[in-house]
Amino acid sequence: MGNPNVRKAAMATLVAMLASLATGPAVAGTYDLVIDTVTVDHSGTPKQAIAYNGQTPGPTLRFKEGEEVTINVTNRLSESTSIHWHGLILPPDQDGVPGISFPGIAPGETFTYRFPIVQSGTYWFHSHSGMQEQDGAYGSIVIEPKDREPFKFDREHVVVLSDSHDHSGHRILSNLKKMSDYYNRQQRTVGDFLRDVEEKGLSATVQDRLDWGEMRMMATDVADVQGYTLLVNGKNPEQNWTGLFTPGERVRLRFINASAMTYFDVRIPGLDLLVVQADGNNVQPVKVDEFRIAVAETYDVIVRPTEDRAYTIFAETMSRAGYARATLAPQDGMQAEVPTLRAPDRLTMADMGMAHEGMDHASMGHGSMAGMDHSNMAGMDHSKMAGMDHSKMAMGDKPDPFYAPGSGLTPKPADGGKFLSYADLRAQKPLYPDREATREIELRLTGNMERYIWSINGVKYSDAEPIRLRYGERVRFKFVNETMMTHPMHLHGMWSILDTGKGKWDPVKHVVSVAPGMTVYTETEVDAPGQWAFHCHLMYHMATGMFRKVIVEGGPQSAALPN
Amino acid sequence: MQRSFGLAVAVAAVTVALNLPMLGLPARADVMDNAMFTSVRFDQLEYRAGEDTNLAAWDLEAWAGGDVWKLALESEGEYALRPDRFENLENQLVVRRMVSDFFDAKAGIRVDTPAGPDRVYGVLGFEGLAPQWFEVDGDLFLSEKGDLSARFVAEYDILITNRLILQPLGEINLAASDDREIGQGQGVTDVELGLRLRYEVVDRTVAPYVGVHWEKKLGESAGIARSEGEDTDAARVVAGVRLLF
Repeated sequence: MGNPNVRKAAMATLVAMLASLATGPAVAGTYDLVIDTVTVDHSGTPKQAIAYNGQTPGPTLRFKEGEEVTINVTNRLSESTSIHWHGLILPPDQDGVPGISFPGIAPGETFTYRFPIVQSGTYWFHSHSGMQEQDGAYGSIVIEPKDREPFKFDREHVVVLSDSHDHSGHRILSNLKKMSDYYNRQQRTVGDFLRDVEEKGLSATVQDRLDWGEMRMMATDVADVQGYTLLVNGKNPEQNWTGLFTPGERVRLRFINASAMTYFDVRIPGLDLLVVQADGNNVQPVKVDEFRIAVAETYDVIVRPTEDRAYTIFAETMSRAGYARATLAPQDGMQAEVPTLRAPDRLTMADMGMAHEGMDHASMGHGSMAGMDHSNMAGMDHSKMAGMDHSKMAMGDKPDPFYAPGSGLTPKPADGGKFLSYADLRAQKPLYPDREATREIELRLTGNMERYIWSINGVKYSDAEPIRLRYGERVRFKFVNETMMTHPMHLHGMWSILDTGKGKWDPVKHVVSVAPGMTVYTETEVDAPGQWAFHCHLMYHMATGMFRKVIVEGGPQSAALPN
Repeated sequence: MQRSFGLAVAVAAVTVALNLPMLGLPARADVMDNAMFTSVRFDQLEYRAGEDTNLAAWDLEAWAGGDVWKLALESEGEYALRPDRFENLENQLVVRRMVSDFFDAKAGIRVDTPAGPDRVYGVLGFEGLAPQWFEVDGDLFLSEKGDLSARFVAEYDILITNRLILQPLGEINLAASDDREIGQGQGVTDVELGLRLRYEVVDRTVAPYVGVHWEKKLGESAGIARSEGEDTDAARVVAGVRLLF
């Protein structure tokens, strides 16, 4: 307890407790969730899904900041389950991760969660057991703040994006283990080869194919799993979920990406998107035309449709394998034009980390280096093929610093204008004072794509030691993505302050997406004792080992324990 | 008697593998990444029509296991129709271990029970994905008679579209010594070339195909075949279905 930070944190807790006493008894609410199977039809093939209170997505839980919630979760499945309250700051035994927070909820059992609500904003909940989340076990959480919000809106809609597959989560994982490209139907064909020869010449095309072949990796490997039906609030594009508005109203859209594996690029043609919140924390409003939402992130966006007409919410997958679609309209039944999917982007050697000077990729010979330029060109050419308007994408535009220079995945606005970058996110009100991190922990995001084994620092979860943090320290995580996939990294129990170079104004998140070939830093004020999960939120990456247990040692709770 | 035993082993193993329940994914993340999986794949399950004999043939690989260790059954056979007999019937039970990102080493036993004399071999080999996307498989066999032989197989997928796939395949067999009883002469014993065009109808599960298959005995093995009045080469048109469960 000699550590001044620990003392400060303990003091802060005490002050918070006194403050809550001063405002009188907290509100207390009781909620019931029953998890059971239902039959759904998203794709034309009815399947068994997992639902909360008979629906998937589950109900929106509406809490109030300062409320003491009691949530009774009854398991009617034939297997164990759990609920993780994604992004909520709560005691470690309420976090809902089997094997870390608690043993899980056995079939037939009712487990009662009890925790105080200490924050506000848009969050979500999902099962943390097996593949249940892929099969439908997720729902949204909206927490009303104690104080007035720094932005105005007249109406709100929760917009849950998700990916539904005809195959169960177990089957998908099993197929990926048999054949890691089982679900990739965007691989380059003979036709692509001939087209590339025509555009770039034979030797450049052959060199490009040899470079990728040498690494035994695929330029089309943007998403591991395709074949999804993409949903908005449980509705497929034809079922067209519709949110109503009165022209002139400010409409707050609470976007939640509850997908197992799918990143979305979201836009509403005809409307500016005012981003006011990211991962439940207010940001200084930033006006954009399109934004990318990583798996498990949330963004709150305010739109102001003034015309008496329908608008399409269009969410293309990052792999361009499909889209989710919904409508904002003054009346039910109205629709607007639905844009066509853009052609898929190709990964480039920059996504392989080849653009990083001095990076040692032992397995890559000179041949791959030589291929760098061609591959970058390949990426550019394909975006042109997609019918993108390059005139609007002025070459002077600063490319998104959260993508490797030359990356094939660098977001480009479909209709021109501005694409949200992490660099645009600026905290509305700093949650923590800025201070120097006490130490840095490097986490290399690693994997063996061919065998479908994902890991951190080359070691999968079951073979790894936990990450040990000390209560009161501020730790700096250095994420080095050595794979060609994009990984949404999620730390439970504590906030991740994303280093965008803005000091105390850096945004505070619960999921930080790390693009291929990138190094991204986050800092965490270690203020929550106990055991926590830390993992990639792509379901099949998590399940195959890109996961760590974090143990926060010291702190008020364990200090109170008798020796 | 012997051949029906071989067939029974193959059929029983396939049945067991097919009916193995998904070995169960535990709910806990800390044990989930050690889960066991199974795979049953008929690379070939086909009818081969030639000038003289027509054959039913298969090439199966079934495995169960985790990331590092797998137990695999590799089975191939050629059943001649009129006269009914197993021209070739081979079953391998091998343990595979991950030795690099792209390769497994394997060791086990091979039992051949065709129409002619039987053989039992010890197997030592590797299989995996070589640079430029070649699936390769190499084995050393030591028979109960003390004869050493080797086999190397390579195949490649050419994507005409993402579902229409042309697969060239090559196989070469070598022997370090004669085993005349089974028609094996020292040196390169035979080569096999195949070209199959498949269409993946249901996911990766069911893919019917047509193609050609050509095999030729070489060197001393060809001499042995000739002396016994057998053909040394055969070209056949094939039609079949590739299955993956």
